[in-house]
Amino acid sequence: MAASSSTAIDAPPGGWAHSFVKRLRAGDEIAYLLTFICAASVVAITALLVWELYINSYEARVKFGWSFLWTTTWDPVNGQFGALPFVYGTLVTSGLAMLIGIPLGVGAAIFLAELAPPRISSALTFLIELLAAVPSVIFGLLGIFILVPALRTAEPALRAVLGWTPLFQGAFYGVSLFSAGVVLAVMIIPFIISISREVILAVPGDQREGALALGATRWETTWDVVVPFARKGIAGSIFLALARSLGETMAVTMVVGNETKIHASLFAPGYSIAAVLANEFVEATGPLHLSALTELGLVLFALTIVINGAARILVASTSGKGMS
Amino acid sequence: MNNWNKLRRKSINAIMLTLTGLCTLFAAGTLVYILGYLFVHGAGSLNWSFFTQLPRPVGESGGGMANAIIGSAKLLLLAACIGVPIGFMGGVYLAEFGGTTFSFVVRYVTDLLNGVPSIVMGIFAYTLIVLPRRPGFSTFAGGVALGVMMIPIAIRSSEEFLRGVPLSLREGAMALGASKSKAIWTVVVPAAKAGLVTGIMLNLARVAGETAPLLFTSFGNQFWSPGWKQPTAALPEMIFKYAVAPYDDWHQQAWSAGFVLLTLVLAVNVIARMILAKRGPAAR
Repeated sequence: MAASSSTAIDAPPGGWAHSFVKRLRAGDEIAYLLTFICAASVVAITALLVWELYINSYEARVKFGWSFLWTTTWDPVNGQFGALPFVYGTLVTSGLAMLIGIPLGVGAAIFLAELAPPRISSALTFLIELLAAVPSVIFGLLGIFILVPALRTAEPALRAVLGWTPLFQGAFYGVSLFSAGVVLAVMIIPFIISISREVILAVPGDQREGALALGATRWETTWDVVVPFARKGIAGSIFLALARSLGETMAVTMVVGNETKIHASLFAPGYSIAAVLANEFVEATGPLHLSALTELGLVLFALTIVINGAARILVASTSGKGMS
Repeated sequence: MNNWNKLRRKSINAIMLTLTGLCTLFAAGTLVYILGYLFVHGAGSLNWSFFTQLPRPVGESGGGMANAIIGSAKLLLLAACIGVPIGFMGGVYLAEFGGTTFSFVVRYVTDLLNGVPSIVMGIFAYTLIVLPRRPGFSTFAGGVALGVMMIPIAIRSSEEFLRGVPLSLREGAMALGASKSKAIWTVVVPAAKAGLVTGIMLNLARVAGETAPLLFTSFGNQFWSPGWKQPTAALPEMIFKYAVAPYDDWHQQAWSAGFVLLTLVLAVNVIARMILAKRGPAAR
């Protein structure tokens, strides 16, 4: 190498410049620069995204301050904007989805990772991961035409069992916070299953062998040894699912009922942040309305970023230890 | 006493194991049910005019969604033109050139961007393109929104597949005198080609079903949308509009559109996963 470069006629003396020219000619510098720009563009896009949300929500932020988050009047006509009904609806529907989705998702993940024969497990996992690929508008379609009528039929039974709580009071029209929660649950279950399953599979085999050798049953081994070992990863999968359900738009918009009021009852129609964005953004009545909606977008963005960040840390901290 | 305890533990064992099985059955059953229902309802109302005709006004039966199918195709083409090159090159950077600190930042931000709700991406494209009227509601705005959504996944999937290529291939190429970039373009990328292409396919299938970012970028249209600067219909957006409308005719059309969309998305997913499975678990 050194010999060839010293004999070259056009090469300038000196190490750095020389090697730079040589690498430029070979295309390395160009390739480096080009790929670097593309990688850096992600950071730039994210920064631009935050900036756009921030400046475009200026009017609403100045006018309402933090009270935007806890006032309940949403009146585009009179220029009063409070986001609490949407924040409430978002949290309630996602919470309900978690309540239904976590036991089902983690249960299925345990079955697929610990109990099912490998061939059946991989076939079922394949099916369930396909479920994760179904577009959300399809879930909305099924929500409107299958789930809502089905819930109307199931309503008396639900009321008989849970009607004594304040959560299941009032008239039930089918579209409600409850329907939205159920649709969201179906949508997030595949995420919980596929990540939790991988985390559980990554638990070292000697953990199981140790427990079984001490005389634990299969279930005791799974529940007292394997699951605690994988708990951070499972928690991470739950957080990821939560972030997804908070930002889910179409399916919720189609079944939640779209009413800007806070009801304690899950049977009542409600609204969510994403749903109000979908419904009102295009028809915003003026700059202030648009600005308030953009601020809602900012709130949703912040919410999902925080939860996603937590999820990544949790998943990373187990997979680093378990996989190898 | 001891026996009783043993019985208790054994029955808990059996009950809980059965319960986990039921959970799985529920999850898998949902998919089968969704597919079955869509096939019965969607395929039944599907006919040739769905693919060839424009939507009819309310009250007239028949008609199709030809404009939405073309609209979706154009949106996806534009999205791919934005998302694939940037994502691929970014993935090359992370897999081949990246140091530690900056790569960590890029990976972290990529994951964050990937977690941003799609409706927020719609607002982003709206404030960037539609609001300043360059050029307002248009195929272009929708394509940009979808393209930006493709970038994070494209980066992570291309990085992963490039990392799957054994180091010895790179060393071999460089030992033969190839420069680093030459080694990447002629040896590493071709070796990872199948994975890279399936990654792109899965990515496209994902954004093909996105509705939320299109609502206020490509907006929707009952007619053809020539060029890139006019509002356009798209399949998922039509499903939404038709499903929430109070007309039975439109509901039937929504089912047909849902059937077409889901069939396309699932077909791509099945094919991609089969290709990946054939290449072994290491490639995933």
